[in-house]
This record gives sequence, C-alpha cells and structure tokens, in this order.
Amino acid sequence: MSADIRLLQGNEACAEGAIYAGCDFFGGYPITPSTEVAEEMARLLPRHGGKFIQMEDEIAGIATMLGAGAAGAKAMTATSGPGFSLMMELLGYGCMAEIPAVIVNVQRAGPSTGLPTKGAQADMMQARWGTHGDHPAIALCPSSVAESFSLTVKSFNLAERFRMPVQLMLDEFIGHLREKVTIPAPGELEVYTHPRPSVAPGEYRHFGDGTSVGGAYAAMGTGYRFNITGLTHDPMGFPTGRTDEIRWKMDRLRAKTDDHLPELVDVEREFLDDAEVVLFAYGGGARTAQEAVRLARARGIKAGLLRPRIVWPFPDQTVADALAKAKAMLVVELNQGQLIGEVRRVNQGGTKVVPVLRYDGEIITPDELMTAVEANR
Amino acid sequence: MITMHPSFEMLRPGKKFPTVWCPGCGHGIVQGAIIRAVQKLGIPRDQMVMVSGIGCSSRMPVYVDFNSLHTAHGRAIAFATGVKLHNPKLHVIVITGDGDALAIGGNHFIHAARRNVELTVILLNNNIYGMTGGQYSPTTPIGKRASTAPYGTAERDFDPCALAVAAGAVFAARGTVFGVVELEKMIQQALAKRGFALVEALSPCPTLYGRLNREGNAVKMIQWQKENTINAKAAAKLPPEKTAGKIITGVFHDAEVTPYTEVYQGIIDKAQGQKQ
Amino acid sequence: MKDKHQIRLSGSGGQGMITAGVILAEAAGVHDGKNVVQSQSYGPEARGGASKAEVIISDQEIFFPKATAIDILLAMTQEAWDRYSDDLREGGLAVVDSFYVKAAGRPNVHALPLSQSAREEVGIEIVANFIALAAIAELTGVVSKAALEKAMLARVPRGTEDKNRKALEIGYRLARGAKG
Repeated sequence: MSADIRLLQGNEACAEGAIYAGCDFFGGYPITPSTEVAEEMARLLPRHGGKFIQMEDEIAGIATMLGAGAAGAKAMTATSGPGFSLMMELLGYGCMAEIPAVIVNVQRAGPSTGLPTKGAQADMMQARWGTHGDHPAIALCPSSVAESFSLTVKSFNLAERFRMPVQLMLDEFIGHLREKVTIPAPGELEVYTHPRPSVAPGEYRHFGDGTSVGGAYAAMGTGYRFNITGLTHDPMGFPTGRTDEIRWKMDRLRAKTDDHLPELVDVEREFLDDAEVVLFAYGGGARTAQEAVRLARARGIKAGLLRPRIVWPFPDQTVADALAKAKAMLVVELNQGQLIGEVRRVNQGGTKVVPVLRYDGEIITPDELMTAVEANR
Repeated sequence: MITMHPSFEMLRPGKKFPTVWCPGCGHGIVQGAIIRAVQKLGIPRDQMVMVSGIGCSSRMPVYVDFNSLHTAHGRAIAFATGVKLHNPKLHVIVITGDGDALAIGGNHFIHAARRNVELTVILLNNNIYGMTGGQYSPTTPIGKRASTAPYGTAERDFDPCALAVAAGAVFAARGTVFGVVELEKMIQQALAKRGFALVEALSPCPTLYGRLNREGNAVKMIQWQKENTINAKAAAKLPPEKTAGKIITGVFHDAEVTPYTEVYQGIIDKAQGQKQ
Repeated sequence: MKDKHQIRLSGSGGQGMITAGVILAEAAGVHDGKNVVQSQSYGPEARGGASKAEVIISDQEIFFPKATAIDILLAMTQEAWDRYSDDLREGGLAVVDSFYVKAAGRPNVHALPLSQSAREEVGIEIVANFIALAAIAELTGVVSKAALEKAMLARVPRGTEDKNRKALEIGYRLARGAKG
C-alpha cells in the first residue's frame, strides 16, 4: 500500500488523529476557529460507527462528552476561547470523576470575543488553573499539522492512561495552516486503551485499585455497577466527609502528574549543546523560533531551541537544565506573557529571561525575533 | 417472620443510609415509586443508569444499585445524552429538581426534548431550592416566600409538562407523592417510552418551603396535595369554577416519534454506505 | 532554480483565492512531492473585501509559515494589489488581472485578461482563479502542469471538469503570449 499523503489543515489533522486513536464520540458546539474539528468529526465518526452530536452550547458539549466517557467512550470536544471558558467547571468535573477525554482548544485572541479569526496562545494558564480547586492538568501544544495529528493521538493515550481530561492546546495559526501530512498506517503510532477490570463485580472499586494511572476501570452496562460524582468521594465513588478519605482522593489526583513526570516530558531540543541564547517556544509561535534558530546559527550565534510539546505539567527540570547552561532564554509567546512565569519560577541562577511577545493576532516574524536574539547574544 | 422488603434488592448495600433527605421530604416516596416501576418492567440493574444534577433530589443515585452518575448543577440531561448516545442499550433515568432542570439546566431540558433523546426524566418538583436553604426556583408560585424572596416572589412559575411538550417531548405526566400509586404507573409508562419522557413528581419540602410559607408539617402538605390536585380526566368533566386554582395531574401527552438514537443509527448507515 | 518560493494569491472574497491556494499547495505538495505550507486571511474579509491565500513551496523543510518576501504575487483586484503588493520582493513576479488592476510602474508585472477570458471563453468568471494558476505555472514552473490539473480536478464539483480544464488551457496560452 502506498503512503497516505494528504494536504490537511491543522484542525482536519486533529480530527483524523482522533479517529486514528479510536475516538468514538464527539460532543461540542461550533466556534471559530475550531469549527473544522467538529465538521470533520461529524463526517468521519458515523463512517466508523461513532457518534457525533452538536449540543446547545459548550457546557452541554463537554457535559455530553463526559457522559459518553463515563459510559465507556473515547470521547472528545473542541472549542475556542469563549467556549473554553464555559467549559471550565466541567473540566474540573472530569478531573474529579476521573473520566478520560480530550478537549481541543484552538486558541484565538481574547479576552471576551476578542479576535475570533486571529490566533493567540493566551489560554495557557487557563488550561492549568481555569477550573476551581486543586487538580492535575495535562496539556499539549502542536507546532505543525503533522503534530496536530500525532499529538491528538497522544492526547487520547494520555487521557486513557491517566484517566482524566487532556487538553490539546492548538492555536489558530496551526489550526488553519495547511501542510502535507503522511497519515500513519494502523499500528505505526501507539494507540493505548485502558484495561477493563477482571475482578468479580462484588470486589470492584471504581476508584480503588491502588493506582490512578494505568489502572483498569469499567464501562457502564458491563456488570460493574459504580457511582460517579463530582463530590469528593471514597474509593467506591461515594461522597465522603472524612478527612482521611478526602486526603486520599486529593493525593490520588495530584499523584497522576506529580508521580509520573518523566513520562510527561515531551520536549524538542535543537542546537542546545553549546547554546548561549536559548529560545523557548511552543505551538504556532515555535515556527518562528525554528526559523530564527537556524538564521542565528548561520550568523554564527550560538542559539538553541527548547520546544515543549507537553506544556502541562511544565517540564521544570528540562527548562532548568537549559537555563543553567545559557546566558539568556528568550521566551516566545503569542500572549502578554504566560509561560514565562514558569520559566522564571524554575530559573535558579542568573540567566536572563527575556520575553518576546506578540498579542495583536499576528505571529511573530523571524525578523522581530532575530532583533531580540541579536540584542541578547 | 421478618422478610426483606422487595425494594431493598435495588438499594445499594452498605453505609449509604439514612438518606440526606429531611424527615417528611417527599423524595424517598418518589424513589420507591421508581424502584417498583423498574422492578415491574424487569429491567436488569446493569442496564439501568441513573444520572442526576445537583440538589436534594439529585442525591438519589447514591442510594440505588444502578450505574449512577451524579453530575454538575443543571447538566444531568446533557451528560445523560452522552451516555445514551454512546450506548443506546442502556436505560437512562435522569433525576432532577425544579431548579436543576428548569433554571440552570433549562436549555438542556428543552433541547433534549427537541431531539427526542430516549431519557426518562423524573423532575422532583418541591418548588424551592432545598439543599442551599430555601431560595426561590422557577416553579415557586408567584407571591410565595423563599429565603431570597422574603416578601414573596415577583416571578411567574413554569409549567414543566407544558414546556416539555412544547419542546417536543413524547411523554409528559404529572403526579404527586400523595398519589404514589398513580405516580408509579406514570413512571412505568415513561420508562417504557422510546423518546424523551417527563414525569413531574410533586414532592413536598416541609423543612423549607412549608416552613417559609406556613403550610404546616409533612402530613399537612401531603393532605394539601390531595385536596388541591385533580386528575386531568376528572377535570375535563368538571365546570371551570371547580378546577380553578387546582393543580391538574395525569398523563398530558403520549406520542410516538422515532427516537434520537434510532435516527442517528440511520445516519451511521448512510455514512457507511457512502464510505469508499 | 531557487528552492523556496513564497506565493501570494490575492483578490476579493468570492474570487476563489483560497481554493486556488489549496489547489496550488496540494499540487506542489502531494503530487510534485515538494514541501508546502498554505495559509490564508480568514474571517469576514473572506466574504467580500480583500482576500489572500499564501503558499510556500520548498525543497527544504519550511518553518516560518507566512510569506514575508513575495516571489510570486497574483492580484485579481486593484484593492488587492494596493494592499498586498508591498511585500513583493525585488525581482519578484506579478500576475494581475488586466481588466481590474492598474499596476503601472513595476517591472516584471504581467497584466493578463484573466477575468475577461473567463467570461468570454468559458462563460463564467469564477474560473479566472484557475486561469491565473495556470499562467503562474507556465511563467514560473513552481508547479507541474500535470500536478496542477490533478489537484484541481480533485477539488472541483463533478460535472465542471471540462470548463476547469479549459480554464487551465487559457492560462497556459495567455502566459505563453506574455513570455513573448
């Protein structure tokens, strides 16, 4: 069979990636610039026997996704800024109820209605802290159409393994960019599906097999009756007010990311060995940095690139290591400065941390970034 | 000889009792009616899913030994839509209250009815927000008192059955905890429907609504139900002056419309027919 | 030949600039095997007002996805020319619609009767975008003719193949005339 090469938009590649990962449910509400994800899922899902539903608003979109996920689906929704804000309460529900699902946010410039058709990366902290209460967060940022495919697959794998909603933080630049993509053959990329329980139904505890990561959990209608609630609950899923059980639950949620950091580090490193000026960039904004790091090398500047594909949990150690060796780290973001706070938090030495920001709906140009590189060489 | 009550086999074993409901609350009576209706229809517990939102009535899923999903305020119907669409073999009951279904969840309520998703929605209407201490709801009658309406409400109330029918529900009925035998039959009918079916169960809240409006204890409030409700069939034969100010109960609407998951299966067949 | 081409297709909303951009990218990328990226101005202006699509074609990996120094510019309207021609690099080539655009004062500008030929020879102005793509292919060789036809036929409605093929032929002919 010849390779399946297609010209796809980032949003289309995201939908194709979801199908590849075995997604069988999409519930959402159309919003620019994410709408093509919903349109593609509406076309593709029924062909594969899956279900698509356009709900009455974004709250209903994430709710119906979580309902399907609780019932046993590999479920997904997609939205942009205003819709992402509406989904925040139930993002926390998904964390508390430990429902695997993928939330795609094709970021546009805000606040409020902002610039519906222009890109931004201004929801990065919302992805981490947008819902109330302590909770784990996993978020990924694709920098190309091919990564929009592969990181969607990865998002589903992480959701299944870590048993929580995973956020794919696209941006309009990549969402609407068209590039050539080679669709991987079945089996070429790993697709992980969580195991189903094998214990007798009477012994089954929906949240109680000792680990919150990689464990087995049941679908509805398979003989394991369980309770799911957004209330803080015991291992059986029943509401509790006991402080020991509350701590057990909260520690269980925290451990999902905190105890598994090595497998949640996904960072592209380029030219870092001798780099004095390190560009930190992610998502659509990283395309400028990829160009600039090569321009800089061509000019004899010792520049390198650090590009996290998983941004939450933040790759503290990787960034700290790069900071320790660099004279300056330029943080490239399409917002007024969000992840730069994380870079500064892990900066233990005297490395200069410099913001290179743009927030007018346009992507930073290589010339703009090179000016900053030259100023900090 | 002591024998186990037949409803017990449908209740969750262990530590979940007594319920959170106050003495005199009507919700336990509705729960009993639901359990008996499910038993009479012989639906296996594994196939039953009970989905609820937030509020007093929405605590019910913890007590019944079904698959249960206690969701967020107002969103039960949207979650339930996902459960049902993903696995149409499951019987999905939504337990909701007047605030949960008609205020914060009003949009989901009408749209699920419009889509005709196969959900049995049991709306336990106690005319008040109980769990949060007695604020007025979309079914608190105008002029009645609540903690947020110390001088009486200024708002008109919803008729949930009329709303559901207008939005496209295939079944709508109203019963009372006083008329629990009739209520149980309505729930049984609703569970057997293929489509969006609403049963509004009038359930007194003596602790808050009753106290704030000086309507007496639970017994008096249930007595009030007896005296102030008329079955729709009986009401049709009475002159208007005899039914004025009364609450009409009974089955208001019972239609056959192809249910949502069946229509969607047609879409899957169509899409797969076009697949290259 | 230079290994990276930055191409901007501009006109007014409804003239098929984005469709043309997608087809050009698909032709060069999928059928000719080059690296490509395609982006567009997106939003209200896509329906009326100036509209643009950009395609970068390269033998190398393409990082920055937007056009900064235009090698090839298409302007279907005066507004598009006025708004989008500033980035045309020195020595860059432009194809403009001779009926709508007065683009005097620039070297290497080919004013071709794109919309006029579409109206007169095909009977519908909407195919002017394909006439333009064909002219660009003939003048610059950034995309092969076989790839262009293949990509175009895959994206146009069934039953319109002959009219669209004819549009390509017109474009090649106009460009050959322009080359002298």
